[in-house]
Amino acid sequence: MSTPYPSRDTSALFAGPLAWTEDLTVRFGRRTVLDRVNIAVQPGEVVTLIGPNGAGKTTLVRAVLGLMAPDGGRVLRRPNLRVGYMPQKLSVDQTLPLTVRRFLALWRPVTADQVAAALEEAGVTRLADSAVQTISGGEMQRVLLARALLGDPDLLVLDEPDQAVDVHGQAELFNRIAQVRQRRGCGVLLVSHDLHTVMARTDRVICLNGHVCCSGRPEDVSRHPEYHALFGGHARDLAVYVHHHDHAHAEDGKVVHDHDGDCCHG
Amino acid sequence: MDEFVIRALLAGGGIALLAGPLGSFVVWRRMAYFGDTLSHSALLGVTLGFLLGVNPMIGVMVVCVSLALALVALQRRRHLAADTLLGILSHGSLSLGLVALAFLETLRVDLMAYLFGDILSVTDGDLMAIYGGGAVAMAGLALLWRRLLAVTVDEDLARVEGMPVDALRLAFMLLIALVIAIAMKIVGILLITSLLIIPAAAARRFARTPEGMAALASVLGVVAVAAGLLASLNWDLPGGPSVVVAAAALFLLGSLVPLRR
Repeated sequence: MSTPYPSRDTSALFAGPLAWTEDLTVRFGRRTVLDRVNIAVQPGEVVTLIGPNGAGKTTLVRAVLGLMAPDGGRVLRRPNLRVGYMPQKLSVDQTLPLTVRRFLALWRPVTADQVAAALEEAGVTRLADSAVQTISGGEMQRVLLARALLGDPDLLVLDEPDQAVDVHGQAELFNRIAQVRQRRGCGVLLVSHDLHTVMARTDRVICLNGHVCCSGRPEDVSRHPEYHALFGGHARDLAVYVHHHDHAHAEDGKVVHDHDGDCCHG
Repeated sequence: MDEFVIRALLAGGGIALLAGPLGSFVVWRRMAYFGDTLSHSALLGVTLGFLLGVNPMIGVMVVCVSLALALVALQRRRHLAADTLLGILSHGSLSLGLVALAFLETLRVDLMAYLFGDILSVTDGDLMAIYGGGAVAMAGLALLWRRLLAVTVDEDLARVEGMPVDALRLAFMLLIALVIAIAMKIVGILLITSLLIIPAAAARRFARTPEGMAALASVLGVVAVAAGLLASLNWDLPGGPSVVVAAAALFLLGSLVPLRR
């Protein structure tokens, strides 16, 4: 067993996380996708899951959301925790006539004022009367943010889209989410496919490859040997970037994609 | 107008009103083939009703719901694609119904009436079943409307929001089974699905909200029933198929109308 790097965050146990896992294990048939994974999200904290394709990031998020039953271990949540989920994408059948405004009102009884406020906070007021099938992937992400906000979430869970949204749009979305976090004090659990955009706006990074390889502050994780083993040459770019993380945007705008790689054990 | 014509119009109109919103959901949820499978199993339900000495409609409900549950269980095992499973259950249950009916030698059943409907022989009891059952189905649909729409848009989101997704899906299947049971007499088990999906599909182009589409589908359904019945009386055509042809003609006409964007 490797010890979490740089040090185990013991304050988590006492401050009371929003949601956490205990030795969470998930298998698909014979393949163990998640092996005794322990993560926790604190109130007001942005936690980012990174890892190569097939590392179990989406599976972990689905287990935390209760969409998937664990084969071992447990997923725990604060009692009455309100979770706002933003899925990777949402495709509504063409045959269903549905405006954005109406889409937002489907999930709980809401007033027109509440819908207008959520649209405003997510920056998509102009889309209110558009059909959900006609808006772009980036716009849909923001509509999904508005939808999540209507539930006044304690924890925002976001599975970031892969290629549907351009880097610029993605950066804007994260700025929005950072604002939401500050204003509302909610925790954020995020699956990232794009290290550059995410790292500067993250409190804690969890590097996943079937198990938790390493976790900690972005600048610490980016120096961790297991992280380098996972992301190889791209990690260097990232380390430089994180060093300047008081800047709002990546200077070269380069996208770091997930790639296959074996995670080393300590 | 003759009394049997009025009864036929009332019966067909009642079914069409109910089929509008429910058929819209069938279209939105891409469950046309599923509806077909359930209605094909209805003949087995009729036979079962006769065998057990209960109302055939109850037999139909029981068989449809059992089949829906069996389908859900089979889909979980994921050995076969959904459309293959539906094909097996659809034709298997229809044939089983035909075979079982053949065993009931003492009973003379008008098979054609069950397969293609017999709208001109609607009784007062049928009307009561249609409007009583229809009122129950409409009330149930109205009660579940928002949540059914949410589940239709995205099941995962609905689940995270704490909605009882499996129960809602089951409730929807029950509603479909109820409609099949009461509509069987009008268009016959082979054509029921068409009354669900054709008016809804015709309404799609002109609707801007889910409710608008459902309401327009009801209206178009009623028009199709009236037109089909008139044609059937004038030219001595089979009732159920005439109604379906009228609905299909409305769909074609609708798709020719240019829309302002």
